[in-house]
Amino acid sequence: MATFSKSNVPQFSVEVYQNEYLPEGGREVNAIVTVTATGGGTTGGTIGGATAGGMVSSASIGTGAGAGGGTEWGDPTAAGRADRGPDAAVVIMVDCSGSMDYPPTKMRGARDATAAAVGTVRDGVAFAVVAGTHQAKEVYPGGGRLAVASEATRAQAKDALRKLSAGGGTAIGTWLRLADRLLGSADVAIRHGILLTDGRNEHESPEDLRNSLEACAGRFTCDARGVGTDWEVKEVTAIASALLGSADIVADPAGLTADFTRMMESAMGKEVGDVTLRLWTPQGAEVVFVKQVAPTVEELTGRRMESGPRSGDYPTGSWGDESRDYHVCVRVPDAGVGREMLAARVSLVLPEAAGGGAPRPLSQGLVRAVWTDDLAASTSINPQVAHYTGQAELARVIQQGLHLRKAGDIDGATAKLGRAVQLAGVSGNEGTAKLLAKVVDVVDAATGTVRLKAKVTEEAEMTLETRSTKTVRVKK
Amino acid sequence: MSQMPQLPQLAVCPACAEPLEAGDNFCGGCGAALSAGPTRAHQGPTRYGQGSYGPASDDGQNSSGRERRGQEPGGRGPGGQEPGGRAPYGQEPSGRAPYGQEPSGPKPYGPGSNGQGPYGQEPYGQGWNEQGSAQYGQGPERQAPGGQVSNGQAPDGRAPYQEAAPGASAPFPPVAAGPAPEDYPLAAPAAGAPAEGGTPAGRGAGSGPAETTTGSGTDTGTSRGSGLGTGRPQGQTAAAGPADGVSDPREDVMVGGPRGRQCGACRVGVIDKDGYCERCGRPQPRERDHMEEELADVAAVSDRGLRHHRNEDAFALSAAALADGAPAVVAVVCDGVSSATRPDEASEAAAVAARASLTASLPRGTHPRQAMHDALLAAAESVGALAEPVNQPREHDDHRHHQNAPACTIVSAVVAAGGLTVGWIGDSRAYWVPDDRATRAARLTEDDSWAAQMVANGLMSQAEAYADDRAHAITGWLGADAYELEPHTASFSPDRPGVVVVCTDGLWNYAESAEQMAAAVPADARTRPLRGARSLVDHALDGGGHDNVTVAILPFPGPSQGAGSA
Ligand SMILES: [Zn+2]
Ligand SMILES: [Zn+2]
Repeated sequence: MATFSKSNVPQFSVEVYQNEYLPEGGREVNAIVTVTATGGGTTGGTIGGATAGGMVSSASIGTGAGAGGGTEWGDPTAAGRADRGPDAAVVIMVDCSGSMDYPPTKMRGARDATAAAVGTVRDGVAFAVVAGTHQAKEVYPGGGRLAVASEATRAQAKDALRKLSAGGGTAIGTWLRLADRLLGSADVAIRHGILLTDGRNEHESPEDLRNSLEACAGRFTCDARGVGTDWEVKEVTAIASALLGSADIVADPAGLTADFTRMMESAMGKEVGDVTLRLWTPQGAEVVFVKQVAPTVEELTGRRMESGPRSGDYPTGSWGDESRDYHVCVRVPDAGVGREMLAARVSLVLPEAAGGGAPRPLSQGLVRAVWTDDLAASTSINPQVAHYTGQAELARVIQQGLHLRKAGDIDGATAKLGRAVQLAGVSGNEGTAKLLAKVVDVVDAATGTVRLKAKVTEEAEMTLETRSTKTVRVKK
Repeated sequence: MSQMPQLPQLAVCPACAEPLEAGDNFCGGCGAALSAGPTRAHQGPTRYGQGSYGPASDDGQNSSGRERRGQEPGGRGPGGQEPGGRAPYGQEPSGRAPYGQEPSGPKPYGPGSNGQGPYGQEPYGQGWNEQGSAQYGQGPERQAPGGQVSNGQAPDGRAPYQEAAPGASAPFPPVAAGPAPEDYPLAAPAAGAPAEGGTPAGRGAGSGPAETTTGSGTDTGTSRGSGLGTGRPQGQTAAAGPADGVSDPREDVMVGGPRGRQCGACRVGVIDKDGYCERCGRPQPRERDHMEEELADVAAVSDRGLRHHRNEDAFALSAAALADGAPAVVAVVCDGVSSATRPDEASEAAAVAARASLTASLPRGTHPRQAMHDALLAAAESVGALAEPVNQPREHDDHRHHQNAPACTIVSAVVAAGGLTVGWIGDSRAYWVPDDRATRAARLTEDDSWAAQMVANGLMSQAEAYADDRAHAITGWLGADAYELEPHTASFSPDRPGVVVVCTDGLWNYAESAEQMAAAVPADARTRPLRGARSLVDHALDGGGHDNVTVAILPFPGPSQGAGSA
């Protein structure tokens, strides 16, 4: 499992941003942990369409002895893998339910987009195309196998796509399980799916989908896209969330090709898979939460797998050249003024190597707690922590506001979406501010004074909801 | 004796209810420190904002004039009594190897770091060394030039210093001696400022205005105590300290070998490679948490205290020799400014640089006063160099001090040839404590602090000034952003044996007046300086240990009785 996709294995660096000072009796320690993978030989890879272009690499700030410490080191075994080809497998799942023919441009758009995505699969990468209805069917290559990308196989795959036609229902869980079977047949480091749907998951129960997601989580990563406006935002975002990929809307089928191409390029940019974030906390401490906060908000708290005494692992999926931020909140035992404690040790870890080697830490950072009676020190909030606390609230109030709006609670929706406008404004989240402006009329962004628009397109509302978790980094 | 404060013993851990063993400072179950202590806002020196307050900039202007007058480095020594470059104190060629011991860095105290060091074995026991005292100032016939004047002129025996005016009630000569245009308002004890040195006779006359405005030096200690004592917990903290069960970091020590050491806090976990316990997360004691050093005739102890997570104080000791071979003893104590970045590096750099400067210039015949002045400048330069842009910001504890250049205070004392010289910038202090406690102890330095300046400039009464929140903000420091470097130096020739106590505010917060300091100094401090220094550190820790504590003790053998300390 833990092999590298390329000779150029990325270096991981960890930086910790925090105010380590706690007041007397204080217990809660917050830190933003920035993880950056570089040097893997690709550029511009980010985690999916919803996040493309939003990344600003953080200033590289070294760390003092023990304080906010981070380390980085490369993979000593990288050189030994230099002769290996691309170490990845990709399965594209295309919705072929009957609704894809209404309008017919949708099916055509999906076919073209899939063909374009196939065109970007790198030589040597294993791939397959699955047609999804109330059941899953292999479109290419078939026989429960994956094809190895080459000029010839890519052409064959595009040929096979011409036969795609719409008809039948929608049971996404079956698509995912077939993709899992196909991907599992390859001995590769990176397993990735791309899923396109245009409608609701009507032909299986929500439990079925949930069970399928649980079965697939950690086995492959998956980006999910909704085309048109007849799909369920919660279903698509749940798939991406569970499978550590991105979610987005492609309202206009004409936009599918560009989006699929981008997603595939991003997938091809992954260099190392199955990376986990390991969190050590001291005896008597509790983890309040662990969240990815950039490029999108992703709750990880509940996905902990115990990995040793006082230590648990949180999945982060696969990494290319990219940078992500995590917000870690830990409640530690009070050690008293004048004392210091290591509140958390954050490391990135590869699971045990295929050969049975021990999990390897890729890098680590230290989160500290120092109790002081200096109120000026203990009451200040780290700007990164404050920023991402605001970004997480932004995502939350958008979702709440849209929910209240659907439920007919105009006042409640206005309050929540007003707060969202305010948060988006102060944090410089222009993308979200623009999306909000399609749902509300902004009277005064600074105070969060808004009026709900009388007429809001389905597309605007779904786009806002789907992208509500997208964050920006601290303004420099 | 240097004993640990006794902590009230709990039966079970209040955090996790685990039964506790006697003497534990931390719960073996959860690692909780079994105590909580008093709070206090003050933490180390804070810098008084540059130009942000009228009087400060006023002072800045004053101080340039003062600097011209006060420093006039010339190097000629007090009173021009020494013809160019002569050894300032005493001409007896002792020929003795001065103290034999190399100037060495402070030795870390504690198991694991130096079990074999000269003091490591018996950390609070008899490890100190008495040999040095016998070496001190042999020639009974030695006579410092200053001593000749002073001894003859101290008729009542109460004024131990040479320039003390006959009949003056203070141990020190009046600050602004009579008509002498002394505008050195803070440095009351600066008796021997070179500029005035040439007119020693004039200085004795009358009690200067500065005496009344600053009260320094001539203060009886009663009034000073009440003034400075405002907001400075003496009694309260003494009661609130260990009695509240403040766990004592002196027991926070490592057990076991250097690798895979057992954690001293939870006594269960092992210290990880990054220096924290893999179980309870507590850091391993750092080298600077507690440091001790003793040379033949000087000793120093520095401790993190009970309320700070690291020790930002530093000290440096050395034995040196004057040009004629007479022994000289050097002590430097520095306190990092905690509102600046890397205060610990600043204090260490300053202490080391000042010591290096003194030990280089004293043997060349530079007058101690001048050598001290130069050493303060050298220390300032070394701290300023820390701020150079090659140093990237290295910490993310950005609660306030990314831009603040490293900074610290400094106080230093040189005892040589029957005289003593002090120098300082900031609010670290030196005290004179005579063996004979019936005679008066004295503070030898005047703080560069907001309150001291307000009083000195006549803008506030002592009580008002010290009641202000800004009272303890320092107005002078070493660092790249020190807007005006104003080294203060003073020389004295005590006429009787005693000790010089050189310390940071972590100590004097608990013994502010000279009388209080004298009461805290053990009677045998002159012959057992290390023990004395430990005892003073304990005094501060027992009082609450709110700040880092650093103290050096320099025995002073007396003016001319030779091996007075033996
Ligand atoms: Zn201090
Ligand atoms: Zn421990």
